[in-house]
Amino acid sequence: MIMTTPPKIHLKDVRKAFGDKQVLSGVDLDIAPAESVVIIGGSGTGKSVLIKCILGILTADSGTIEVDGTDVTHTPAGSRVVVNKKFGMLFQSAALFDSLPVWENVAFGLIQGEQMNRDEARHRAIETLAKVGLAPEVGDLSPSELSGGMQKRVGLARAIAGNPEIVFFDEPTTGLDPIMADVINDLIITCVKDKGITALSITHDMHSARKIGDRIAMIYEGRLIWVGKAKDVDTAGNAFVDQFVHGRAEGPIKMQLRR
Amino acid sequence: MNFLALIGRVVLGFLGHIGRLTIFAGTAISHCVRPPLYPRLIGQQMIDIGYYSLPVVGLTAIFSGMVLALQSYTGFARFSAESAVANVVVLSITRELGPVLAGLMVAGRIGASMAAEIGTMRVTEQIDALTTLSTNPFKYLVVPRLVAGVLMLPLLVLVADIIGVFGGYLVGVYKLGFNAGVYINSTVDFLEPLDVISGLVKASVFGFLIALMGCYNGYYSKGGAQGVGAATTNAVVSASILILTSNYLITELFFAS
Repeated sequence: MIMTTPPKIHLKDVRKAFGDKQVLSGVDLDIAPAESVVIIGGSGTGKSVLIKCILGILTADSGTIEVDGTDVTHTPAGSRVVVNKKFGMLFQSAALFDSLPVWENVAFGLIQGEQMNRDEARHRAIETLAKVGLAPEVGDLSPSELSGGMQKRVGLARAIAGNPEIVFFDEPTTGLDPIMADVINDLIITCVKDKGITALSITHDMHSARKIGDRIAMIYEGRLIWVGKAKDVDTAGNAFVDQFVHGRAEGPIKMQLRR
Repeated sequence: MNFLALIGRVVLGFLGHIGRLTIFAGTAISHCVRPPLYPRLIGQQMIDIGYYSLPVVGLTAIFSGMVLALQSYTGFARFSAESAVANVVVLSITRELGPVLAGLMVAGRIGASMAAEIGTMRVTEQIDALTTLSTNPFKYLVVPRLVAGVLMLPLLVLVADIIGVFGGYLVGVYKLGFNAGVYINSTVDFLEPLDVISGLVKASVFGFLIALMGCYNGYYSKGGAQGVGAATTNAVVSASILILTSNYLITELFFAS
């Protein structure tokens, strides 16, 4: 795909290893502003590691990671405050702070990051909870009192509360029933795609990938082996993609059953 | 497996551990003196460490003081030195037992809870979530605990000193038959400011070590429940060992000459 606008996120030959294990072996990807890209791939192929490298939670061994043209590959955690303000993240397990009530989870970035007044932040949190279909009373509950689907919604509310420019989704529908998974997909589209926010998601759920992604990229053995439009994923003509999309045990991808 | 390789692996692992702990401590201290700080969180930790540890530290202190009076009386009676009981109680409590026992009790109560809480946050990606919300995990999680530990342990030890001496007084006066006024006079006359100060300095160092080991082990915990359990055990064991080791070093520093 040829991009006419400068990419929001630019990845060039990103590599990351843990000891002897090479997890990312040279990832190249450009994500345009307001574009939603979904990365698919088996477990342990480096999807989460890639997102963590972009977020600065992990540091890439080599390569280039640019956000809005700024190289953040080796920016130390303490200096990432400005770039991290552009980010929102929905974690696979929602990663809500269980010591804080729901509203404070949603308002966390506003209170700690933007030093917003607590009353104002609470008001914003309740508004954001409404956007993800949760009643104001939910704000006073503890995260442990919520179902998995509600926790994901709160996680989504937290991710978008600070009006980020880029949102990352780590397995947004994993562990949810099909109906709740579709609710989350719709919320992602409403809260992110419709607002022109750039999104990078990783998932195994092909229904979700087709629905929320403009483009889909497949990662295998630490490299992106196919990148194309979401509507083309079923006719990619790539044996790896075909096997993954159709969930077949037989094919070029051999599952590592023993370590 | 080659025996030498095994030894090498253990030694390298230990050295790596020491290096990582040193860097962790340096980073944490540097964040203690750079804004932003979180006074609200520091206050919460001070209540957790100080106020909620009072019952366990108080109980430990009073029974230690009582036992000390009883034991020293039976020992000193052998060479007719019973009158030294009050002096021995106050010196032992303020210089050694107050800070060490309070430190060990707080290490068990607070060090374990810090490691478990931060470890759970690590394995459930809550620490990663802090980073994505533009919040430095060191400033948010580690600094409040370190500051609260350093400030609250001396206060706890001061209370433990008073309760411990009172425990000795109870046994001395009501069981061993000392005159109350004489016991109090012996206690006050023999006590020097340095006795109390050295105990408070120790307490401050112990508070730092307890919080440091709790945070460090929690921060680097791996895996799931088992990893958090191991982190909790390591936090308590390592803090206890460091308390006993540093206790000797500080005593040497204050009283060797």
